[in-house]
Amino acid sequence: MKILVCLKQILDPEIPPRDFTINRETHQAIQGSANLVTNIFCENALETALQLRERSPGEITALTFGPASAEDSLRKALALKADQACLVEDDPATSHNSATTALVLAAAIRKLGEFDLIMVGREAGDWGAGQTGGLLAEQLGLPYVAFVDHIESAGDGVTLRRQTELGWEKVEAHLPLVVSITNSEENVPRIPKTRDIMMSARKSVTSWKLSDLGLTDDEVKSNGEALEVVDLYLPEKKSDCDFIEGDSIDEKIDEFAKRLASIVQSA
Amino acid sequence: MKSIVVCLMPGAKFDKPTAGLLAAARGLDGQLTVIVPGTVGDDTTASLAGQADSVIVCEAAGLSEYQPELVLGVLQLVCSDLNPDIVLLAGDTYSQELTPRLAGRLGGVSAGDAQSLKLENDNLRVTRSVYGGKATAVVELRSKPAVVWVRARSFAPAAARDSAGSIEKRIVELAGEAAKSVDATKIVERHEESTGTVRLEDATLIVAGGRGLGGPEPFEELKKLAVVMGAQQAASRAACDAGWVPVQWQVGQTGKKVAPELYVAVAISGASQHLMGIADAKIVTAINTDRDAPIFKHCQFGLVEDYKAVVGPLTERLKALLS
Ligand SMILES: Cc1cc2nc3c(=O)[nH]c(=O)nc-3n(C[C@H](O)[C@H](O)[C@H](O)COP(=O)(O)OP(=O)(O)OC[C@H]3O[C@@H](n4cnc5c(N)ncnc54)[C@H](O)[C@@H]3O)c2cc1C
Ligand SMILES: Nc1ncnc2c1ncn2[C@@H]1O[C@H](COP(=O)(O)O)[C@@H](O)[C@H]1O
Repeated sequence: MKILVCLKQILDPEIPPRDFTINRETHQAIQGSANLVTNIFCENALETALQLRERSPGEITALTFGPASAEDSLRKALALKADQACLVEDDPATSHNSATTALVLAAAIRKLGEFDLIMVGREAGDWGAGQTGGLLAEQLGLPYVAFVDHIESAGDGVTLRRQTELGWEKVEAHLPLVVSITNSEENVPRIPKTRDIMMSARKSVTSWKLSDLGLTDDEVKSNGEALEVVDLYLPEKKSDCDFIEGDSIDEKIDEFAKRLASIVQSA
Repeated sequence: MKSIVVCLMPGAKFDKPTAGLLAAARGLDGQLTVIVPGTVGDDTTASLAGQADSVIVCEAAGLSEYQPELVLGVLQLVCSDLNPDIVLLAGDTYSQELTPRLAGRLGGVSAGDAQSLKLENDNLRVTRSVYGGKATAVVELRSKPAVVWVRARSFAPAAARDSAGSIEKRIVELAGEAAKSVDATKIVERHEESTGTVRLEDATLIVAGGRGLGGPEPFEELKKLAVVMGAQQAASRAACDAGWVPVQWQVGQTGKKVAPELYVAVAISGASQHLMGIADAKIVTAINTDRDAPIFKHCQFGLVEDYKAVVGPLTERLKALLS
């Protein structure tokens, strides 16, 4: 099975709010001392692909659209034994929406060849749009299933498990197919071995510019204008906590219990 | 301004999210059409008609249940006929799955998780949390139609209009590509994972546990506390990822958005992504060994203790107080 995994590099989403700053004019987050990391759901997707390849023969291609720094995400994927990696280089000064991203990813995928399964994360941990997968499916004219957390090959298709807000569903699907991957206890990303990280530095990464994909800057820009960020601000801080104090832990538990009880009784 | 509301209503009921979704749509000016791809009872149709200018109930072979390609094909046909400026959907799994695809098919632009909607120079502006809840963004959708899924439950229901809208049953037949692709995917089994007596989103009292609990057993201890309080259980992503509790328990950015009267966070640090799920909770409290844990910044009151020393005695105390 030929699998393509789309990886997005983002600002580390786990930095504490006090270290998070924005530029209100440009409506962008400021990187500051934060690291750039691969979006967790993209890592879940890669992990799902790796497990699928362990069960049945396959080949994994990692694809990212981003600034030169995004090559790190691809190197990590190679260290985890992705077979090949491709970077579509982007001007870091421009911000994009999911529609332009899908346009660019689709063009890159067409140029890379034919794939059976195209995987994206359920959403990116920065803007959390959750739109790219569905838009990419439409760009490629393929069917789409969202929130998948497990994939088995079955005959000439696949069987998927996907999460719903109430539980889960089993989905049978033909290939080629686009899926978005969500986290589960099964697809927690593995950690690359030090040796493999060193080896990955020597592997080659295909690097393309938009013009290599037959896309013009104008085309990408006009697509991007369909959705514009008009404001970005930090939500107001919440009030202080009233810590329960007491001479003994019993006293504290007693007071805590009383407060809970009165809320429970009036709820 | 022409708006469409797509009611997938997996439960085929006029429920809270449906009411919220319609209220969100009615907050915008103009003509409102509700599209229901599938069968619903007459009561439901009448309730929908009380909120809109017109209701179109679509019938097509196999449409009695949700299948992605089929529903998308039907919606594409019916929506493009109406040439809408705005298409709104709720926040359920299926709506989230369809939103970008429908935008793609209708040549429009899409966005998700809208917390509020506003019109500005005839363009739709959507307010949404970004960066895992650390910032808020307002985005303007400048292409037509703007296809958006909204946090339907957060909108207060609106009263029925004075005069009910028209109701039409429409037989839809897919042709060409849309017909061919219908079988590309098929949902063959549907399983519900119980999270308690009511849905977590509707729970009034919630006791949630996090990574600090260290394993699945302490969740059993918390269960006793939850039972005494009449509360439902929930968890952080870390606890779900560890496999200690079902993923349906997850609260947060990519989990459930809850709105209880009381949310008790036990051994949860309060990462911004977790807090995004409890923004609508009335009272938040926490038990945590770390006085500096961010969760306390969002608590009205809190207890800095080891949960191991607290949960047992607390359960006993509450049993006495609440009996
Ligand atoms: C894109 C993205 C989406 C995400 N979506 C979600 C989401 O939907 N929901 C979610 O929850 N997370 C989400 N996360 C993860 C989130 O960033 C945090 O990693 C996660 O919430 C941490 O869970 P936790 O608080 O249980 O664990 P930790 O952060 O490890 O906190 C454990 C806490 O337990 C306390 N503790 C330890 N021992 C004890 C003890 N004996 N007694 C009392 N307290 C103790 C510690 O002091 C600590 O505060 C998301 C992350 C990303 C990047
Ligand atoms: N610039 C990008 N490069 C590669 N993949 C991306 C990019 N942007 C988004 N994706 C993919 O689309 C998913 C959802 O992103 P989003 O729609 O932005 O929330 C991500 O998890 C990635 O798999």
